[in-house]
Amino acid sequence: MADKILKELTLKIWRQKDAKSKGEFKTYKVHNISTGTSFLEMLDILNEQLVEQNEEPVAFDHDCREGICGTCSLFIDGRAHGPDDDVTTCQLHMRRFQDGATITIEPWRCGAFPVIKDLIVDRKAYDKILQAGGYVSVSTGGVPDANAIPIPNDKAEEAMDAAACIGCGACAATCKNSSAMLFVAAKVSQLALLPQGKIEAARRAKAMVAKMDELGFGNCTNTGACEMECPKSISIAHIARLNREFLKAKLKD
Amino acid sequence: MSNFLTSSIGKKVIMSLSGLFLIMFLCVHLALNLLLIFDNSGALFNQGAHFMATNPIIKIVEPILAIGFIIHIIWASVLTLQNQKARPVKYALRNQSKNATWASRNMYILGAMVLIFLVIHLYNFWWNIKFPSLGTPLAAITVGGVEMEDTYTLVSGLFKSSIVYCLIYILGGVLVGLHITHGFWSAFQTIGFSNDIWRKRLECLAYFFAVVFAVGFSIIPLYFIAGLGN
Repeated sequence: MADKILKELTLKIWRQKDAKSKGEFKTYKVHNISTGTSFLEMLDILNEQLVEQNEEPVAFDHDCREGICGTCSLFIDGRAHGPDDDVTTCQLHMRRFQDGATITIEPWRCGAFPVIKDLIVDRKAYDKILQAGGYVSVSTGGVPDANAIPIPNDKAEEAMDAAACIGCGACAATCKNSSAMLFVAAKVSQLALLPQGKIEAARRAKAMVAKMDELGFGNCTNTGACEMECPKSISIAHIARLNREFLKAKLKD
Repeated sequence: MSNFLTSSIGKKVIMSLSGLFLIMFLCVHLALNLLLIFDNSGALFNQGAHFMATNPIIKIVEPILAIGFIIHIIWASVLTLQNQKARPVKYALRNQSKNATWASRNMYILGAMVLIFLVIHLYNFWWNIKFPSLGTPLAAITVGGVEMEDTYTLVSGLFKSSIVYCLIYILGGVLVGLHITHGFWSAFQTIGFSNDIWRKRLECLAYFFAVVFAVGFSIIPLYFIAGLGN
């Protein structure tokens, strides 16, 4: 069965030359888009069109296009990663849109994620938070046996759920407070649950929260919007764990 | 505990603990208020109010309560301002109803509206009881051989005198209820007392408290509007 064709779509896209320039919305039309096209492919089609017209193509982040790398972003029609739940923008398909629709596409809006160009934002802030403590220090030497340390299955499962975070930034982008708590919580939780990560848990929680605050992310008010928009559906129960880890660490000081 | 109070989580813990303290106060307040509709002679309510006004423990708790309110309001303002600053360029189009409840997104506005109600409420009762010489002096009444202020008449008088006041008090109850639908469970989440199982329980409890406060506080003006009071 052939895919349906969307005859015409109006795209309202944020265009910004570089980090210093003032951006604005520009309106474009694309025609004859198959509903089987992915959202990013639709943008590729638009860019082909713009190149043919000797216009600057729209810059947007993308890499694996398989929903696992966390590179794509985009705030589509008022929602991070578009109208579908639990998927990244690259996994969003045009069958979610009606023929004749107007689609508004914005970059992540968050003080800590400045726009570099058009729809691309600088997400180095998340890297900086990770560098502050989102790791386990390992001594060099022989590779240890993978199953030498027993880990209860429920803990391993929960750690894996948190480890599913791909650091795309949708949590901070969608949060009404631009809070990065879900990201930080996922990283802290993932390691705090495992024996290898427990050793540095207190230092990690303090350092990562301090870095998050320093970078200008907002304060979490537990609205839960982040977990709804998270393409990996990471639960805000991890935020409760981060709060616990942080309080425990601070009480010990 | 270095930098704890200036960290984002530290500030939220202050919000959480002061909020839970205020919820405890609301429980006591509502329990006492309900005496208004269980005894039309007013003796029960007058005795309750007199006990609260004269009990030494309550006298100690009163300024702590005021501090609790002030802290909750100041910290909320600081956090809200910081959160506003964290997104210098706003989105042109947002569809937040898809991912969070209205109350959770508007806690500051709800809180501000409750504060306006609180000012009216304090003027109506607290001010008149504490500084009788400045407002309408309260009549004295003798209940069980003890002379005390006739606070029952003060309350019933206000509700019987004006439907507008009744509506303000009903609205006040509903606003507090809405604030608590999010505030109650959020307070536990902030101090780390939540997980995927407890979240559902806490959210249920939050709605329970919200309904108890909204209905409990609104039922009193409604009782007097209906002409059931004395």
